[in-house]
Amino acid sequence: MSVQTQIHTKPQAAARTAPAVPNKMVARDVKVFYGAKQALKGINVEIQENKVLALIGPSGCGKSTFLRCLNRMNDTIENCRVEGLIALDGEDIYGKGIDAVQLRARVGMVFQKPNPFPKSIYDNIAYGPRIHGMATGREELDEVVEKSLQRAGLWNEVKDRLREPGTGLSGGQQQRLCIARAIAVSPEVILMDEPCSALDPIATAHIEELIDELRENFTIVIVTHNMQQAARVSQKTAFFHLGDMVECDDTEEIFTNPRDERTQGYITGRYG
Amino acid sequence: MQITVLVLILALLTVSGYQMGRSRAAASVGGRLVELHSVPSYHGFYVALWAGLPALFLFALWTASEGWLIMRMVMSALPDRLVAGDPQTLNLLKADILNIAHGISTGRDVDPAVTAAAAHYNSLRAISDWSLLAIGASLAVAGLAYGRQCISPDLRARNRVERVVNIGLVVCSMVAILTTIGIVLSLLFEAMRFFSVVSPIDFLLGTHWSPQMAMRADQVGSSGSFGVIPLFTGTLLITAIAMIVAVPVGLMSAIYMSEYANPNVRTWLKPILEILAGIPTVVYGFFAALTMAPFVRSIGHSIGLDVSSESALSAGIVMGVMIIPFVSSLSDDVINAVPQALRDGSYGLGATKSETIRQVVIPAALPGIVAAIMLAVSRAIGETMIVTMASGLTANLTANPLDAVTTVTTQIATLLVGDQEFDSPKTLSAFGLGLVLFVVTLSLNMVALRVVQKYREKYD
Repeated sequence: MSVQTQIHTKPQAAARTAPAVPNKMVARDVKVFYGAKQALKGINVEIQENKVLALIGPSGCGKSTFLRCLNRMNDTIENCRVEGLIALDGEDIYGKGIDAVQLRARVGMVFQKPNPFPKSIYDNIAYGPRIHGMATGREELDEVVEKSLQRAGLWNEVKDRLREPGTGLSGGQQQRLCIARAIAVSPEVILMDEPCSALDPIATAHIEELIDELRENFTIVIVTHNMQQAARVSQKTAFFHLGDMVECDDTEEIFTNPRDERTQGYITGRYG
Repeated sequence: MQITVLVLILALLTVSGYQMGRSRAAASVGGRLVELHSVPSYHGFYVALWAGLPALFLFALWTASEGWLIMRMVMSALPDRLVAGDPQTLNLLKADILNIAHGISTGRDVDPAVTAAAAHYNSLRAISDWSLLAIGASLAVAGLAYGRQCISPDLRARNRVERVVNIGLVVCSMVAILTTIGIVLSLLFEAMRFFSVVSPIDFLLGTHWSPQMAMRADQVGSSGSFGVIPLFTGTLLITAIAMIVAVPVGLMSAIYMSEYANPNVRTWLKPILEILAGIPTVVYGFFAALTMAPFVRSIGHSIGLDVSSESALSAGIVMGVMIIPFVSSLSDDVINAVPQALRDGSYGLGATKSETIRQVVIPAALPGIVAAIMLAVSRAIGETMIVTMASGLTANLTANPLDAVTTVTTQIATLLVGDQEFDSPKTLSAFGLGLVLFVVTLSLNMVALRVVQKYREKYD
């Protein structure tokens, strides 16, 4: 596998990013093909630890595809081929010794539509810890469930009805349940694929606050169509367009002083 | 003959009514179709419906009442000495008249009055047919004329045709319901005749089944005893064996087909599995009797068990094989209907494929799977041929799968095969059995429906 060192971001941009923050994940020249169709044309991104990276861009530009490469969710799609290098803590996640299933426990994912399992709220959270054998005994499991729900800001709302089905919650609560479910397995990175697109503004505000809090313990990559959301929650923003990553920089920089014309056109609402 | 002519006339009038309606509607606005409330073809349908429906309605009513009316007229014209008898002789007389009228020999000497009545019947019949033709045709023409008269640019032909279609749909759905009601009623009446001879308590709680009745008072044995418990335990035993075979195998193959098999394998595997469902049960029956039963028996002998040559086990196993495609095909569909988002959610937490299937996909598909299994159970309970051929007719009250048992449906079949007297409890007991079986399968289906409704998750 060839590792391309050329990076799209320009030297002065690299100088601006503080080198003190280590890279949690690195993508080098990532190309994705669905059959004969190329969806990503060589993406280079660094994902810094304990920061939120927002991926923005018009529909069909490859944001979600890239996100799904980061925990090998694309493996479940037939005809999908990934080239290039993606490293987690310096280790190639597509390498021979890597178990995709184990990887997904380290790089968790929250989806666009809330997808609670047809189980009780408790069992939804306990699902991950159980399959990974992370909790021995009832009490420890209870503790994990409570902690995860608290971190997701859902504990007070559901603590009296842990045995009720997760599908009975409201949309916003369901999405926080899914986030709690993801953090219950203590991943290192959480990928969020438009986590608020099915939610109303109040529920969205809840989730955004939550993302900001989670940054302390996790590295987060979020795909969003909502520019304000990207500006509010992220420290880094990458703009994708037609399978290319146009630019990636500090969020402030992208929104106030984009270098590329396409980025400027998109964030000012001229297209996209 | 007249009926064929009438049908032809009706067809002709409807088709021409359609054409007429269309062209008249178009002409009424001078070809500027936008000014019409409805598209010309709706006007066409409107006229065609007016031409066809009233005549069809009359036709249905006429044929339904004709036979009864004519027979009444014939009977009232008969001399008193013939119609004085009790209802049974009267029925016989009516049958004679009909037979002679249709030219079937009764095989014995017939009263000349009856021959005359038959001729009378035939002439009335001819009159009736001709008048039906005349009235039906004129009704159709009148309807056509009326419908054509109604056409104007403002006529809401579209909405009216819609309403007729609506009524038509209701009628179609009523057919199934009415048939069910009819079946239940006929079952109920015959069963009541049976229960007037045999007490329902003896029937439901009796443990001995031997429906042979003595024909004459001096005949030996066979007093007839109607206890259904051996039949129901037999049915349960065979159904249970069948489900033990069908549910795991069917479910596993459904899981394999929907989750593991690659599309190429799936395209040929699924049709092959469904071929199993296309094999006639009689064929399964002799497979069970000629291949499975000796096989089971020889295995039983080799491990020192006494297996009868007709065993519940062999019938049950073959029945289970027969039901596999039901379970697998229906479960496959419900498993496929589980949203991919749920699987993704599970994979996203680092679950393996089998963990995902066991803990997420199957629970989500469970209502559908339960429904599939319930359907399969109904099918197993209703299955007749395999048991008749492979497990015999002896009503043993046993839970031993190596013994011969018999089932409710098998008994019904044997009770009604051939010529039977319909006044003996032996024959009538078939209806009693049928009623109980109907109640059992109906409650099973209702339970299944409730289960499905209660646990169904709404995925949009």
